[in-house]
Formats: sequence, C-alpha cells, structure tokens
Amino acid sequence: MATAHSRSAARLMMAPAVVLLLGWMLVPLAMTLWFSFRKYLPLRGGDLGFTGWENYSRFISSSSFWPSIQATLIIVGSVLAITVLLGLLLALLLDQPIWGQGIVRILVIAPFFVMPTVSALVWKNMFMDPVNGFFAHVWKAFGAEPVVWLSDFPLGSIIMIVSWQWLPFATLILLTAMQSLDREQLDAAEMDGASPLARFWYLVLPHLSRAISVVILIQTIFLLSIFAEIFVTTAGAFGTKTLTYLIYQRVLESQNVGLGSAGGVYAIILANIVALFLMRIVGKSLER
Amino acid sequence: MGRIQLEQVTKSFGNTEVIHPLDLTIEDGEFAVFVGPSGCGKSTLLRLIAGLEDVSGGAIRIDGVDATELPPARRGLAMVFQSYALYPHMTVRKNIDFPMKMAGMDRAERKRRIENAASILNLTDYLDRRPGQLSGGQRQRVAIGRAIVREPAAFLFDEPLSNLDAALRVGMRIEISELHKRLATTMVYVTHDQVEAMTMADKIVVLNAGRIEQVGSPLDLYHAPRNTFVAGFIGSPRMNLITEDEAARHDAHTIGIRPEHIEVSDESGVWNGRVGVAEHLGSDSFFHVHETGLAETITVRASGEIGLKHGDRIFLSPRADVIHRFDAQGQRLP
Ligand SMILES: Nc1ncnc2c1ncn2[C@@H]1O[C@H](COP(=O)(O)OP(=O)(O)OP(=O)(O)O)[C@@H](O)[C@H]1O
Ligand SMILES: [Mg+2]
Repeated sequence: MATAHSRSAARLMMAPAVVLLLGWMLVPLAMTLWFSFRKYLPLRGGDLGFTGWENYSRFISSSSFWPSIQATLIIVGSVLAITVLLGLLLALLLDQPIWGQGIVRILVIAPFFVMPTVSALVWKNMFMDPVNGFFAHVWKAFGAEPVVWLSDFPLGSIIMIVSWQWLPFATLILLTAMQSLDREQLDAAEMDGASPLARFWYLVLPHLSRAISVVILIQTIFLLSIFAEIFVTTAGAFGTKTLTYLIYQRVLESQNVGLGSAGGVYAIILANIVALFLMRIVGKSLER
Repeated sequence: MGRIQLEQVTKSFGNTEVIHPLDLTIEDGEFAVFVGPSGCGKSTLLRLIAGLEDVSGGAIRIDGVDATELPPARRGLAMVFQSYALYPHMTVRKNIDFPMKMAGMDRAERKRRIENAASILNLTDYLDRRPGQLSGGQRQRVAIGRAIVREPAAFLFDEPLSNLDAALRVGMRIEISELHKRLATTMVYVTHDQVEAMTMADKIVVLNAGRIEQVGSPLDLYHAPRNTFVAGFIGSPRMNLITEDEAARHDAHTIGIRPEHIEVSDESGVWNGRVGVAEHLGSDSFFHVHETGLAETITVRASGEIGLKHGDRIFLSPRADVIHRFDAQGQRLP
C-alpha cells in the first residue's frame, strides 16, 4: 500500500491537476463575487462602482425570488422521484432475459444522446402542441378536448420532458448495479423462502442503495441548472421560472450583471444546502 | 426424514442434454457425495434436487412425496453455496434469522435457534458483525448456520470448502462430518476433491459427462471400481492403467494397479525402470518410473525411507491379488 514515499510522489503528480481545477473553479467564483457587489449595467452606464449589499437585498426581495426557489425544488424533486422509480422498474425489466435485449437496451438509452434543446423542441412541437401534437391527436381520437400542455400544466410538462431525458441515465446506472448482484444470493434467498417481492426488498434494494444515491447526487447537480428545456418551451412563463432562469433574465434581459451575480451566489448557497442534505443521506447509505 | 429419490431425471439447456436419464436414491441420514471432473453436471444435479432448476424429464421424490413441481422453499431442503451467498448488508444474526423470518416463525423460537446454531458453530461472538468482517471459515460457518436453523430434511452443499486454504479445509471437513453425526440429517455434498469424497461420504456417486459411473461406499469404489473412469478417478495418486502386452498377459484389455500396491526394490523385481520425478512427502515417496518396457509411465508409492533419486534404477513388483482387469469398453472383468 501507500508508503510515505509513494504518498508524497502521488501528491506531486496530482498537484498540476489540483491547481488547474482550483483555478477553473476559483476564477469564475471570484468574478461572480466581485460583480455581485458592484452596480454594473452594461447598456446603461457600464460599471458604476460598489453598491455594498444592495444587489443581494434587491434580488431576494424581488417578487419572483421565492417562487423561483419553489419551482426549482419542485422540478428537481419530481424529476428525481420519477427517474429513480421508473429507472428501477426499467432496470428490473431489462435485467430479465428477454428477446431482443440488446436492441431494447440501446433504445432505452437513446434519449440521453439527444440534446436538451432538441428534445424540448420535439416535445413542445410534436407531442404537446394543442393543434398538431401527437397527444392532441390521441385526445381527439377519444373525443376529448386536447390539453394545452405548456400553459395548463407548465411545471408538469417540463418535469415530463426532463424526466424523459434523464431516465436513461438512471436506468443505465441501476441496471449495471443490478447485474453485479450475485446470482447465488438470489438463489439462496429463494431457498430461504423469500417471495420475489421479499427478494427485491431485502436483497436487490439494499444492493442498489449506493447506485441510487449516486444517481440522485449526480442528477441533482445537473437538474439544479436546467435551462434549455425552460428556455425553448415556456421561456419562464406560467410559474416555470427556476433560479437559474431568473438569473439569466436579470443578467441578459434586464442587463443587470450585478443583480444576476448576486443571484448566482444565492444559487451556490442553494446548491450547497441541497448537496449537504444529500451527502447526509448518501453517507448513511454508504456506511451500510 | 430426508430420503431423496431421482427417477429418470434429465436436464437440458437448450438442445444440449447435460444430465442424461439418471436414477439415484439417497437414503435418510446418509452422507452422499457427488464427485466428478469439472463440468460433469454435479452442480446442475444438486440444483435440480434443490428446485433451483426445473427438470427436463423424470421425477424427484423427497420422503416419497413427488417434489418435482414444488418450489425450492417448499421442498424442506437447505443449501450451502460455494460463494457462501451470505447477504452482505445484514449482520450474521440477521443472515441466520432470514429463512425463519421468511417462514413467519415465532420471534422467541427464532432467537433460541439462532443462539443454538451460533453455539454449535462457534459464532456467538460474531453475531453482530457483517459478513464482510469475517474470515472465509467464519463465513462458511454462517452459511451452514443459516442452513441448520431451518431444520431441513436434507442439506445440500455445493463445493463448500473450495474457497478455503488447505489447513482450514481439513478443519471444516471434520466439522461438517461431526455436524452430520450430530444432526443425523441427510447431506448431499458436491466436490471434485476426492479426499473429501473418500473421508466424508457414506455413499459416493461418481459422475462423468452427465452420467452416473458408479455408486457405492468409498471402499467399494476403491476396491472394486466398475470401470476405468472410476478406477482412475478414485485414489491418489491415480491408479496405473496399463494396456498392450502386459494387459494381454492377464487376459484383459487394460489392467489397473494402484501405486500403493506395487513393491519397490533397488535390487530385483518384475519390472525395472528408471526414476523420473521423485516426490518425497516425508511419510511417503511417489516415484514416476519410465523405461520399464510398458507403454505407460508407472507411478508407485513407497515408504518415505526409500531414498531413490531422479535417474536411479528401480525394480517394481505388482501385488498379484490386487490387479484390476478391464475389457475393451473399460468395464471391469470379474
Ligand atoms: N445455465 C446454463 N446454461 C447452459 N449450460 C449450462 C448452464 N449451467 C450449466 N451448464 C452446462 O452444464 C454442464 C454441467 O455444469 P455444472 O455446473 O453442473 O458442472 P459441475 O460438475 O458443477 O462443474 P464444476 O466442478 O466446474 O463446478 C456444463 O457443461 C455447463 O456448461
Ligand atoms: Mg459446480
């Protein structure tokens, strides 16, 4: 194992990567912090000097702030719940020896290769369009009034689109984890009289707990910053304005870099709170 | 009770038949050992008995009741796997408890049986550990504990000792034999280690390519192997199988003589040859002898005091009363 010598050598070898990563992280962070304390309106006078905490108080007192936090948490939470549950189900199915397994697996993974912007546009125009969309045709075929998805169920629609994108990821990770479960353990449980449901509960689920935590952790990081899906569908209307989207509006639509940067700092704090919370849960599941 | 009968049992995977029609009875309380080379179908046969695989044909009876269609849990058998198959996230106590919990047994009775099994198997101090924190031998004992508490009609073991080191294997072998004496429950034990087979078995079943070659007590198989396969498989070092002129002299296609049934001398004997490899174990020495005029290399077992080396001249005399004779099909001649 690691001797003192090999440890210090390892440190030396890792140093460039660590320095690079630190710089990568620290420079934007420092710039965000810097701008968040300045009054910076690119089209209305440029950099107008320090304003103290004003950007922070304005960002938080805006009427859109708390709804945006709420929208963010609802989207992240729902997508997590849907992808993990459906992912488990799909992984269980794909783990069975079925005909055409290889092709089915590729099909399941395919959505992950579609760019978010493209998939959101496809959903918006080809599925959810109230006149020409696929769903509208299905509804009409049954004699029902087509649903105007994006304005009647804006959050639900976005959750649906994002879940569709992330389901392959969850399925893939859970499937590989499931395949690493020792078959003899399942045989032993069968001999011990465990029903399929009991085998799932006592063997498969504990075995998958790590993989589930990893899926939750990684997805959360990416889901907190979803943007394209909102941009091309509702453009932040109908209560779908997430924190990320709010920051975008402050910086680009209102041309207020200082205010947007303050929002960025709030986003960092939110991400850290969520991460801390998740690490607790994950840490617990890793201990077992 | 635990009398297991197989009647014309077959098993095919796809188009390949890996178990050919096979009849076998294992009596109540018997310690039956399946031996055979790798891939001959030992594990498959055990899994058929356990119910983890469905038979392709024939019937399995347990205590006279047709169990062919019964699910594994209802056959009243317990199995110990080669990989132990312990549940990694449960403590030893919960592992042992699992089958009883699944059977919905009373909590106090479960506790009593866990404690009892733990004391039989010397696991009392480890009950609150997880399998990952145990040594190989301890894990093996937990797997056995999990099997014991169900009080099964029979135990099925699939190469339970093959993951242990040699010293531990000898120890566990004795423990399992003692357990069998104590519980007097039927045990079916798969191994490819013929020392395990000879020392533990009441009845050995020698399998080869999905067929039973011979069934009998260890000494039956040793003294009267029914064919050349069994003759070569049982006994260590292997029996010398000699063909051609020397066999013809005994009116047989092949004759077999065990290494321990050949007298060694450095002065005179029936055959003389040159020592190839000499293996000195201290108690015994094994010599592989070439240039005897026979078609085959002859292995002999001699007392450890004989100090012959590679290249030395050696004289061999087979004991005439223990020569086995086989016909052209490899079947034993009377
Ligand atoms: N699920 C399966 N599908 C197809 N063939 C199988 C399957 N399981 C076993 N076999 C085949 O059946 C034959 C017997 O296998 P089995 O596992 O019973 O051998 P074994 O005697 O236990 O060997 P070993 O000593 O190596 O464990 C082998 O030829 C194997 O390839
Ligand atoms: Mg096997």
